Amino acid sequence: MELSFNAEERAFQSEVRSFIAKNLTEEMRRATALTPSVFSDPPIGMAWQRALHKQGWGAPGWPVEHGGPDWTPAQRWIFESECARAGVPNVNVMGVKMVGPVIIGFGSPEQKNYYLPRILSGEDYWCQGYSEPGSGSDLSSLKTRAVRDGDDYIINGTKIWTTHAHHANRMFALVRTSDGPRQQDGISFILIDMKAPGITTRPILTIGGDHEVNQVFFDDVRVPVSNRVGDEGKGWTYGKYLLEFERGSGIASAKLREGLRAITELAESDLTGRAIESPDIASRISEIEVDIDALEMTELRVLSALQTGQNPGAVSSILKLRNSEIRQAVTKLGVDVIGHDALVVEPMRPLYELNHEPALPEDMLTVVPEYLNGRAYTIFGGTSEIQRDIIAKIMLGI
Amino acid sequence: MDLNLSDEQRLLRESAERFVAESYDADHRRKTANDPLGFSPEVWKQFAELGWLALPIPEEFGGLGAGPVEIGILMEAFGRGLVSEPYIATVVLGAALIERCGGPAQKQANLPKIADGTLKLAFAHSERAARFDLAKVATSATKTAQGWHLTGSKIAVLDGHAADEIIVSAHLHDHRGPSGRVGLFLVPATAAGLAISDYQRLGGGRACNIELSDVQLPEDALLGDGANALPAIEWAVDRVMAALGAEAVGIMQTLLDTTLDYTKIRKQFGRPLSANQVIRHRLADMAIQVDEARSMALRAALKADSAPVERARAASAAKAKIGKCARFVGEQSIQLHGGMGVTEELEVGAYFKRLVAFDTLFGGAAHHYARHAQLGRAASTA
Repeated sequence: MELSFNAEERAFQSEVRSFIAKNLTEEMRRATALTPSVFSDPPIGMAWQRALHKQGWGAPGWPVEHGGPDWTPAQRWIFESECARAGVPNVNVMGVKMVGPVIIGFGSPEQKNYYLPRILSGEDYWCQGYSEPGSGSDLSSLKTRAVRDGDDYIINGTKIWTTHAHHANRMFALVRTSDGPRQQDGISFILIDMKAPGITTRPILTIGGDHEVNQVFFDDVRVPVSNRVGDEGKGWTYGKYLLEFERGSGIASAKLREGLRAITELAESDLTGRAIESPDIASRISEIEVDIDALEMTELRVLSALQTGQNPGAVSSILKLRNSEIRQAVTKLGVDVIGHDALVVEPMRPLYELNHEPALPEDMLTVVPEYLNGRAYTIFGGTSEIQRDIIAKIMLGI
Repeated sequence: MDLNLSDEQRLLRESAERFVAESYDADHRRKTANDPLGFSPEVWKQFAELGWLALPIPEEFGGLGAGPVEIGILMEAFGRGLVSEPYIATVVLGAALIERCGGPAQKQANLPKIADGTLKLAFAHSERAARFDLAKVATSATKTAQGWHLTGSKIAVLDGHAADEIIVSAHLHDHRGPSGRVGLFLVPATAAGLAISDYQRLGGGRACNIELSDVQLPEDALLGDGANALPAIEWAVDRVMAALGAEAVGIMQTLLDTTLDYTKIRKQFGRPLSANQVIRHRLADMAIQVDEARSMALRAALKADSAPVERARAASAAKAKIGKCARFVGEQSIQLHGGMGVTEELEVGAYFKRLVAFDTLFGGAAHHYARHAQLGRAASTA
């Protein structure tokens, strides 16, 4: 057993560091730091994606034949951790980490040849059509319907919480193509061109003041049958496969540590009247730091298991749950650290392109919006309650 | 980076788990709990035969040269059976302190006897006024022409009643007065002036308070050459906290397994308890906390030989976090067993009490979060 990285892994770490130093511009770094929502705006995120792609690192989790870098789990951990430490932008996760693996796993050769290179290059920007107004945690009750008409499906219905639908040119969606005995039957996985006639998008503002999610309406939208991934009616299987990727990428501790470091710095600064001198703040910082240590160690245990080809199982639910809870603890601490300055609302977006002098120092601008938007962490990707159901069912057999 | 068990480690785990499952059942526990010795000399002999007493001792002194990870593997299995033999006192603390502080002759005289099971030790350090501060030692050792005179009071000495020799910490005094250095002395249990008041320990095993009234010792009773032993004491206690953390993980896992089984069998309102989501979610939270505790115990073991600040922060982080998880898992195990959980008729209470003892030993969660924070601040300003 060995906790530290070996010489090869350390060499890779320096390679990642020097890549970041060379390619992460101050503009990208500042824009990322001043983004209080989960995802970077596409101009920022895609600039980073292009730099990664040029290096051959555009899709860390993909197999080599589709352009993946063939990293070991430890290398992926190092890469993600260094990225978090440096504060790089978020790339189009819905493309690289969600629909990409599904197309690789279940798509036709034509779909692979067409879509995968466009994800890598950043030419396509994807959004996810899963939830519906009536189907949240009970996702498979979804009602958006695709009816076969010759070589097309005609789609009617609506999707909600669609992150960056207003930026995306493509959507992958779960739609109902038939009614089976179980509500999980008859669901298909479809790739939709967002420019197709009949699609409208309504913005939804979140409580932190950001426009990140939307509701999308489908009104007789025609999609070629060749845009279906895999078999008709098997979409639930593919969709669940994707959710495991969404939850189980399993590398969150470095980002949490970076978030806690930023809040601790604020707490140590005169800007907050040295909030750290309050025993409550100091002990909460310690408790959160220790929780991050535990999460990091669990991540490394999972990685070690993956290195030897073992399956981590329901641990991905533990990682998702703890990551979201710790993240909320960090953002909550942030609000308490800045004290009266938490009263200041800056409604303009993006925060990195304000055309006026904000009422708060830049380091504090995102604190309250991150706390408010961050309440979503225990809701999206399967609520904490759903994760506990999964843990009870898979790990405990009840 | 590789956190998978080696083949040797897997074998050690299997043999420890098998031993506990086969030899350390509820009957055995009940018998030793009422025994004034608090453990079984036959089992101790078996530990020696299995090589467990030799585990962390260097090979040149008859040991196996294993490290904190192996100790953790063994302790987790011990936790599952609520083992009450004086393993922590003799092997994890005693052998470590002699190896770290002792001179060549002292090591040669003691370590092989620990390994073969003929020497049991205890460590008398804590004092009432010091609370959990390891640096506060009022017990004094005064140099005389013949050797040393020790005077003072020690509390919470684990398994001191069973020890052949007790390692006592004392503030070294010479003719100029207090030296500012702490020394460690090997004191025979039969020494004149040594009074042991032994008690049954919460959660199994025994402990004692010790009065030293002008105990006279030869010069070579002092371990090593009189250098300040405080850094070694901190090192050894950090190691013990990692080992106790692993034991707590075993205890928590047993409580989780037992409680899970019970909620599947126990029927109320015509269905098993586990059919209720509130119960399933509670058990999921318990499972998460057992897993977090497992991560922290392993982390502390893997950092037990790191640089002092990193090691100490990992040990305190583990002690605090595992203590918090242990209280939760223990209290919820009782809650989910209902009224029966509060009785001596089930073993849930015994396992819970051992967890409470764990959380208290060497300082509870609040103490260790504070130590962790203090060490972090010191490191960042250094």
